[in-house]
Amino acid sequence: MTQANCHGSSAAAEVPSQTRRVVLVGNPNVGKSAVFHGLTGVYVEVSNYPGTTVDIASGRMGDVGIFDTPGVYGVSAFNDEERVARDMIVQADAIVNVVDAAHLDRDLFLTLQIIDMGFPVVVALNLMDEAKANGMEIDVERLSAELGVEVIPTVAVRGEGLAELKAAISRTRRGIPTPEVAARLPEDLSPADGVLWLEDDPATCERLGRPGPGLREEVYRARRQRADEIAERVIRETNSGASLSTRLGRLTLHPLGGLVVLAGFLFLMYQVLGVWVAQDVVGVTEEIWMGEYYVPWISGLVARLINPESFLGQILIGEFGLLSMTVAYLLGLLLPLVLGFYLFLSLAEDSGYLPRIAVLVDRLMTKVGLNGRAIIPTILGFGCVTMATVTTRLMGTQRERTIATFLLSLAIPCSAQLAVITVMLAPLGPAYIITFIVLLLLVYGVTGMLLNRVMPGDSSDLLIDLPPLRLPRIKNVLQKTYLKTKGFISEAWMYFAGGALLISVMDQTGALAALANVLAPITEGWLGLPREAAQAFIMGFVRRDFGAAGLYDLALTPHQAMVALVTITLFTPCIASILIMFKERGKRQAAAMWAGDVALAILLGGILNRILIW
Amino acid sequence: MTLDQTKPGQVFVIRTIDDPHARLAAIRFGIAEGARAACQTVLPGGPVVVRKGKQEMALGRNLAHRITVELVEG
Repeated sequence: MTQANCHGSSAAAEVPSQTRRVVLVGNPNVGKSAVFHGLTGVYVEVSNYPGTTVDIASGRMGDVGIFDTPGVYGVSAFNDEERVARDMIVQADAIVNVVDAAHLDRDLFLTLQIIDMGFPVVVALNLMDEAKANGMEIDVERLSAELGVEVIPTVAVRGEGLAELKAAISRTRRGIPTPEVAARLPEDLSPADGVLWLEDDPATCERLGRPGPGLREEVYRARRQRADEIAERVIRETNSGASLSTRLGRLTLHPLGGLVVLAGFLFLMYQVLGVWVAQDVVGVTEEIWMGEYYVPWISGLVARLINPESFLGQILIGEFGLLSMTVAYLLGLLLPLVLGFYLFLSLAEDSGYLPRIAVLVDRLMTKVGLNGRAIIPTILGFGCVTMATVTTRLMGTQRERTIATFLLSLAIPCSAQLAVITVMLAPLGPAYIITFIVLLLLVYGVTGMLLNRVMPGDSSDLLIDLPPLRLPRIKNVLQKTYLKTKGFISEAWMYFAGGALLISVMDQTGALAALANVLAPITEGWLGLPREAAQAFIMGFVRRDFGAAGLYDLALTPHQAMVALVTITLFTPCIASILIMFKERGKRQAAAMWAGDVALAILLGGILNRILIW
Repeated sequence: MTLDQTKPGQVFVIRTIDDPHARLAAIRFGIAEGARAACQTVLPGGPVVVRKGKQEMALGRNLAHRITVELVEG
């Protein structure tokens, strides 16, 4: 245990490649990715960790492989991020532990856990500037002596200390383990396995085939006590003044001020996305670039080779043409809105504002059987319901996951669908927009409250760490926005094209008209919509936005537009979301949710139609 | 008294956390039993925001009700 060894612990034996694996580990929001980019430079690969929404970045520093991990507060299996981080940590040859100097006592828990696990470590004491701004002074040498590993002070966003950190990576060594933990480690296990086993890590216990000793809380307490003692010895507070960011952070949670800030944030989002992008930008990209230049050009080009009235001609450049409408909607309409949405999301994430929204809405969310953290999948749902459904895994109980998944599939329109909805509603004026929002909120709230009433069990409580508010780094925000938008569009186009193809073929073979006739009692009789609206609903099965896009082309009265949009929003999530729903919630529950979506959509759409007529 | 009864500015020592999962999470955040912390904000009917040093943490109202604290000043 005490022997320093730069060439990896036994836990890394499974790594096939010969390169040294250096894994970056740290709490959330400690500037880990800035350290990562500082170490690896430009050539970075971002890949999705199998079976999760967790993205992992990897790169090289000379002949060393550098791997980033999701931010975690400890090595365990409380959620997906933690499981991914744990699996990557146990395969590490050495660890760079990025620590937030301004929150040293909190972060030392993870540092000590990694040291207890016997990994060769170097600590990057990051955000030294923030610690200083908060009036803290840290005795780096003393900290290094307490931990038994090198500690390098850094300000990663400005590149300070990164050269020293790079040099120190070749000198990583095992630190001084927590005595109470080391004394309990079984002799026949590696320290990494031993610590995870002591802490009842389910995957480790199963792999070793021996049940955990039930000592997790005891081990945690011993480590926390040591972390607090070390922090006390090395931190000196020079003043207790609150920095501007701290004061701003407090304002965002002030019972009244917080709501004003939130309202301001939402209003800004509406102005930018709903007014500027959805009307001005899309007016140019969709109507002019696509409508006046691209579509006539491609139609002319194809018409020279194929008769536009032929079967193939219709499929390529007809009403739902693969080369005309599909491309125009995807690039002219979806792309600008999805881009705008992810830009806002990245800003909210990187500035530390997102968790504050969770705190503000916690009281409301508990009414629908969720807690404030559910706002994260909900907001993500406005981007992509599929992705949001996967992130419901961060909720504490199965009960919450069921409620959140159903509400997402029912009442949350994704960015693609919102794009079309905004474009259709905006010209009708604010009254229609407000009615639409109120109706969806009502459906969300009432359905959630009913589910909360009838479903057995209890939901978990809010318990979150609030990161300091920071000015987001433009480069990070743009990179994140780009990656998310790219991921979304590269997945969406297949469903979009598939849907267009299906509808074109059905249209050409007469199946569409036949189906529209069969459904006429519902569309015409109950919902009061034109018969062709059935097409939109059929398309809605492929992608929701695509369904809404189908409505875009119909000449609807404002009243009809309202009914149609509410119905199609509630109607059904896209095929991708449905598949994920089945995967995440099981066949029976997912099928029930899907049927519930369709039935509720038609029922409520019809009632709305009656109310509007009346 | 319980955490949900504290008022902004009050300083206290956390005595017991009657929730196994929250207890473990609190140890990792550094706001465990025995820790000295202060009430930062209470949202009406909503979560309590607790501060220890530079660290801030939000706890749902129900959870705050299951945490007993002992006032030290304020």
